[in-house]
Amino acid sequence: MLEVKDLHVTVEDKAILKGLNLTVQPGEVHAIMGPNGAGKSTLSAVIAGKDGYEVTQGSILFEGQDVLEMEIEERARAGLLLGFQYPIEIPGVKNIYLLKAALNAAREARGEGEIPAPEFMKLVREKSAEMQMDTSFLQRAVNEGFSGGEKKRNEILQMLVLQPKLAMLDEIDSGLDIDAMKVVAKGVNSLRSADRAILLVTHYQRLLNHIEPDRVHVLVDGRIVKSGDKSLALELESRGYDWVLEESVA
Amino acid sequence: MASEEMEQLVRREYKQGFVTDIESETVPPGLDESVIAFISQKKGEPEWMLEWRLEAYRQWLKMTPPSWAHLDYPPIDYQAISYFSAPKKPEDRPQSLDEVDPKLLETYEKLGIPLHERAALAGVAVDAVFDSVSVTTTFKEKLFEAGVIFCSISEAIRDYPELVRQYLGTVVPRSDNYFAALNSAVFTDGSFVYVPEGVTCPMELSTYFRINAANTGQFERTLIVCDNKAQVSYLEGCTAPMRDENQLHAAVVELVALEDAYIKYSTVQNWYPGDEEGKGGIYNFVTKRGDCRGDRSRISWTQVETGSAITWKYPSCMLRGKESIGEFYSVAVTNGRQQADTGTKMIHIGEGTRSTIVAKGIAAGRSDQAYRGLVKIGPRAKGARNYTQCDSLLIGDQCGAHTFPYQEIGNSSATVEHEATTSKIADDQLFYCRARGIDEEDAVSMIVNGFCKDVFQELPMEFAVEAEALLNVTLEGSVG
Repeated sequence: MLEVKDLHVTVEDKAILKGLNLTVQPGEVHAIMGPNGAGKSTLSAVIAGKDGYEVTQGSILFEGQDVLEMEIEERARAGLLLGFQYPIEIPGVKNIYLLKAALNAAREARGEGEIPAPEFMKLVREKSAEMQMDTSFLQRAVNEGFSGGEKKRNEILQMLVLQPKLAMLDEIDSGLDIDAMKVVAKGVNSLRSADRAILLVTHYQRLLNHIEPDRVHVLVDGRIVKSGDKSLALELESRGYDWVLEESVA
Repeated sequence: MASEEMEQLVRREYKQGFVTDIESETVPPGLDESVIAFISQKKGEPEWMLEWRLEAYRQWLKMTPPSWAHLDYPPIDYQAISYFSAPKKPEDRPQSLDEVDPKLLETYEKLGIPLHERAALAGVAVDAVFDSVSVTTTFKEKLFEAGVIFCSISEAIRDYPELVRQYLGTVVPRSDNYFAALNSAVFTDGSFVYVPEGVTCPMELSTYFRINAANTGQFERTLIVCDNKAQVSYLEGCTAPMRDENQLHAAVVELVALEDAYIKYSTVQNWYPGDEEGKGGIYNFVTKRGDCRGDRSRISWTQVETGSAITWKYPSCMLRGKESIGEFYSVAVTNGRQQADTGTKMIHIGEGTRSTIVAKGIAAGRSDQAYRGLVKIGPRAKGARNYTQCDSLLIGDQCGAHTFPYQEIGNSSATVEHEATTSKIADDQLFYCRARGIDEEDAVSMIVNGFCKDVFQELPMEFAVEAEALLNVTLEGSVG
């Protein structure tokens, strides 16, 4: 589904990713872990198409399409969706309005018509309840005045409504207390399906107790230096990152 | 034919004949007392009106154009303007839509303006379409039943001279400023509204329904008087960009609210801003002022300014009556080479007066705009309160926004609050929306409409919807 090959990325002439390879199949949950500054967030940002990242080498294919040739919104409509570490506030724009515009944009790209209002309301109410969000959140401005936990839940709500093929969640656990993390994890787990993949970017193993990954990758200095199953995450938790680094250099 | 019907017919023909007369007469460019006398005579005005105009003209001669505004334009040659705005001869106008600025036509398309109206708006020489005659008639009957007077200012001077004489120039004196003085001397068009005591005007009044309003004058004069406990909502303008051969527009609007009266005045201004280089755009120098003369009266200005090459406009409120209320809600959008210097004045004179100012400025392209607001609390305005919020949003890095708030506080019991923000349309907001699959232009319009929400919700419903569409069209292509 997602194939990243020999990806080199620079930000303001500084090399961040230095030949990253990653393959994700439908139905899989991958966790990208690594020390701060390793380039974890850069990877998801580049896949989503954020400005300021220059790809100097390599390729990203999503379902055979060249992602780097696609506009940001085309990537999202194709089913590549990024959940933000720091969700953005948009004053005056209702949450529900953004949701509807996003959903209809994706439907339009698939050649479907706009979603009928009653159907949309039913969907949104249902998903809000899953995320334990009061429907009053839907009428509030996007992320404005939301607490850290509310913002993260709102990101997952968007995922539940938009049903991406590949959900990339950047540090979705940062700043969450344990209860909020459980709600977020429950939302993410409900996204798991045979035809959908999830890419979790996280610094801590903690999240992976709640969302069990199929594959764990350690990203160090712009490259994936070690991959394994979920036991790798536990090992990282107890031993830190240094041993992986030493192993990879050796 | 019954004599009554006959009379009506004659009167109607007179009106049309009146228009035809104008067409056949032209006044050479230039301004002197004889031109003013000609205008006054053409309009069939009484002697006092002519005197009033001449007095304004003599004061105007002694004045100089204002130079304090944050605007840049070449000096205007007032002797090159024709002051009896004879409608353009058909042969001088575009003969078909092919001759009209294609950008303008594109905009009509996007705003969903019916084909037959596009030609009229663009100034193409076509026969006027009077498909609204029946609407107008029902409209007039309803107003007549309620006792509301709504007619052109010229008709009012002829038919209701006492009312006009009592109020004209009492809110905006002839010598108030350069453009107001000029307008007072030469105005030829505009509206007059009088709502009698205790009457709530049964419908929103719009210039659209006024016969002969199709050609908005170069020097418009509008006077609205709301008697005790009366209420009216007045809509000015049109969301379709209007092309006009007259480059200079200097209108005066006076509002008078007596005890417990409420006047809501909404404007959507979308004059032709000129081509991409700013050529051919309208200069819009307007004086708008409301007088809350009676206790507990309230005047509310709501405006959406998107057009014109240059806008110079400060709708204001004189809060004389005790506990009277003044409000100003504004969205000003500039793009391309447009310049706008706009804002408001809230003059607190009476006790317990309150005012609210919410001004939103959006600058894109290479445009430049300024918010200029004065809040003045007089010595007798015990317990007066003002809240001002003005926010600017910049799109791109070649535009400018400036804020000039002035405060003069003459009473220590007053409360004056001011909040101001300037922000760039944030790249991260755009990225966030696009990363949800929303295309860039829709994202910009979503963010901008969110920014303007506080003002749009003050607009009458149908205007608000149009205003949003208009904003999107105005800002189209301003990103990327």
